[in-house]
Amino acid sequence: MTDQAAPAPLIGPKRDLAPLLLPLAIAGFAFLLIGSPTTWLTLTLAALAMGMMVFVIASGLTLIFGLMDVINFGHGAFIAIGAYLAMAVLGPLAPWMQADSLTLNLAALFLAIIAAMLGTGVLGYAFERVLVRPVYGQHLKQILITMGGLIVVEQLLHVIFGGDQKTMALPTALRGAVLIGNVALEKYRLLAVAVGLLVFLVMQLTLNRTRIGLLIRAGVENAEMVEALGYRIRRLFVGVFIAGSALAGLGGVLWALYRETFTAAIGGDVVVLVFIVIIIGGLGSVGGCFLGAILVAMMANYTAFLAPKVALASSILLMVTILMWRPQGLYPVAKR
Amino acid sequence: MQNGDAMISALLSHDLPKSKVLAALLGLILLGLALAPFLFPGAAAINTAAKICIFIVLVASYDILLGYTGIVSFAHTMFFGIGGYGVGLSLYFLGATWPIVALGIVVALILGVALAFIIGLVSLRVKAIFFAMITLAVASAFLILATQLSALTGGEDGRSFRVPELIRPATKLLETPVFGLEITGRVAAYYLIFFAALALFLVALRLVNSCFGRVLQAIRENELRAEALGYRVVYYRTLASCLSAALAVAAGCLSALWLRYTGPETTLSFAIMLDVLLMVVIGGMGTLYGAVIGTTLFVLAQNYLQKLMGIASAATEGIPLLPRLLHPDRWLLLLGILFVLSVYFFPTGIAGRLAGPPRKEESQR
Repeated sequence: MTDQAAPAPLIGPKRDLAPLLLPLAIAGFAFLLIGSPTTWLTLTLAALAMGMMVFVIASGLTLIFGLMDVINFGHGAFIAIGAYLAMAVLGPLAPWMQADSLTLNLAALFLAIIAAMLGTGVLGYAFERVLVRPVYGQHLKQILITMGGLIVVEQLLHVIFGGDQKTMALPTALRGAVLIGNVALEKYRLLAVAVGLLVFLVMQLTLNRTRIGLLIRAGVENAEMVEALGYRIRRLFVGVFIAGSALAGLGGVLWALYRETFTAAIGGDVVVLVFIVIIIGGLGSVGGCFLGAILVAMMANYTAFLAPKVALASSILLMVTILMWRPQGLYPVAKR
Repeated sequence: MQNGDAMISALLSHDLPKSKVLAALLGLILLGLALAPFLFPGAAAINTAAKICIFIVLVASYDILLGYTGIVSFAHTMFFGIGGYGVGLSLYFLGATWPIVALGIVVALILGVALAFIIGLVSLRVKAIFFAMITLAVASAFLILATQLSALTGGEDGRSFRVPELIRPATKLLETPVFGLEITGRVAAYYLIFFAALALFLVALRLVNSCFGRVLQAIRENELRAEALGYRVVYYRTLASCLSAALAVAAGCLSALWLRYTGPETTLSFAIMLDVLLMVVIGGMGTLYGAVIGTTLFVLAQNYLQKLMGIASAATEGIPLLPRLLHPDRWLLLLGILFVLSVYFFPTGIAGRLAGPPRKEESQR
C-alpha cells in the first residue's frame, strides 16, 4: 500500500488469481463432506454442466450491461423463445432424433440450435430497437420496460404454442450415461460442458484477439473515449445485444433439453441464478461470469445433495459472502 | 362547511387530488368500496372488493419505494407473504383469538422490518439495478424456503385456519337483515379489512407528504444534490424500504384474515409481484392516488376482462390466431402491452394524466 512502490507496468495488468482458488476450495470441502468419490465426481460433473449452461446465458447479459449500462430483465424471454423454437424445429426432425446414430442426432440438435440462435438474435434486435433504445440511461425505466417485454413475450408464446407444458426428449444417442470405472457420467452433461467451454473459448478469442473484441473491451472500460475516437459505440452495442440474445437462445435449448419439460416461464428460474452469477462475477466481466457460474452451480448441486431444503438459499449465502469480500464482485470492471 | 373541508384536507395530509375528474373517480371508488356488501350482493363481488382494499395498501406501499424513492424491489411480495404467514401460522398453531392475531401481526412486523433492514444495508449503497437483482434473488429463495419447510408452512398447499369468532362466515351478528343484507361475520370481516386498509392508506399518505417524504423525492430526482444538502441517502433509502415493508406486512395480515388461508400462490408468488408492478405503473408512479386507481382497474380487469375476452374469443371462432389471442387466459397480454405503453407515453400513469398536463421529462437514474 505504499506510494513508493514501483509503478505498475503499463502492459499486462497484475493477474488476480485468488478467486480462481474458490471453486477448488468448494470442491475440496464438498469432497470431505460427501465422502464417496463416485458421488462427488457425478455431482461435480452435474455442477460443471449446469454452470456452463448458466454461463452461456449470463455472458451476454453481463456484456450488455458492461458496454451500455443497460440491464435486461427480459433476458429470460430469449431463453424461453430459444426453447420453443428448438421444439418447433425438432418436431419434424423426430426421425433423426430417434435414429440410433450419433451423427444424425447431433445434426438435428445442431439445426435446432442454429434456428433458435437465429430466431432469438433477430428478436433481440427487435427488442433492442423497440424497447431498450428509448430508455438509454434511465435505469428505472429500463427495468420496468424490459419486465413488461418479458410479460408480453411470455404471453405471446402461449398464444402461438399453446399454454400447456411442453416436453423435449433427448436424442437416442445422448440418453443414459457412460461408465468409467465406477463413475457414471451422463452423456448429455458431457455435451453441455463441451458446448459451454466452446462458447467460452470463442468468446475469449473474440474479445482478446480481434479488433471488434478490442473495441468491446475498450467500450466496457470507457464508452465515451471509444466514441471520441470515432467508433460508433451504439452499433457495437446492438451487435453485442444480438449476440447476447442469441446466446440466451442457445442456453434455452440446452436448458430445456436438460430439464426435458418446460413452459414459457422457463426463463424465470434460470434468470434468478443468472443475476446471482453476474453479481458474483462483477457486472460486465466475462471471466468473472464464468467463474461465478461454476461457483453457483457447485453450491447448488452439492447442497442439493447434502441439504436439499436450502439449495437456493445457499446461492444467496454465497453471494453475500463474496460481496462482503469483494463488494464489486470477483472481477470488478473499472469505474463501475 | 369550512370546518369540514379543513378536516378532510387534514385527513388527506393536504395532498388533495389534483383535478376534479380524479377526485370524482376516487370518491366513486371509496363509495363503492364502503357500500360494496350492500351494492353488489354475492360472494364473488365482495371477494373482489376485499381484494381491492388489500391490494390498495400493498400497491401504495410499493409506490413509496418505486414512485417516491425511485428504487425497484422485487421482494415486495415477500413482505406481503411474511404478513400472511405470520397471522396465518399463529392462528393455525395457537388458536383463533384476537390476542393471537395481534401476536402474529407483531412478530411478522418485526421479522419483515428486520429483513428489509438487512437487505437495504447490503444492497442500497450501490445502484438501483443491484438492489433490483438482489431482491429478486432473495425473494425467490424465500419462496422456495416457504414451500420447502412444509412441516411449518404446509408447503405448496399452504395452511387453512380458523379466524376469531366475530369474523367467521357462520356468525350472525344481527337477527334482522339490514337493507336486505344478512349481517354475518363475513360482512364484519369486510368492514374490518375496509377500515384497516383506509387507515393504512391515510398513514401512507401522511408519510409521503411529511418532510421525510420530500427527502425521498429529492433523492429520486437527484441523488447527488440530496447528499450534498446533507441528507444521508443510504439512511433515507433504508428507512423508506423498512416502512414500505411494514405496510406490506400489514396488507399481508389483512389478506390472511380475509382468505382464512395462506399459501405460496396467494401471497409469495412472482405472479403477484408482477401484478403489483403493473398496478403501480398503470395507475401512476409517484402518486398514491394512482395506486387506488391502478389497483381497482387491475383487479376489476382480472375478474371481469376474462369473461369479456371469453365472449370475444367465442365470437371470433374460425378466424386464425384471433380466438387464441383473445383467450381468457391471455388477459395479461393486454395489460402487459398497456404497461409498456404507459411506461413510455404516460409515466405518471392514469392518475398523473388526470391531474393535468404532464410535467417536464424527469431524469430518473
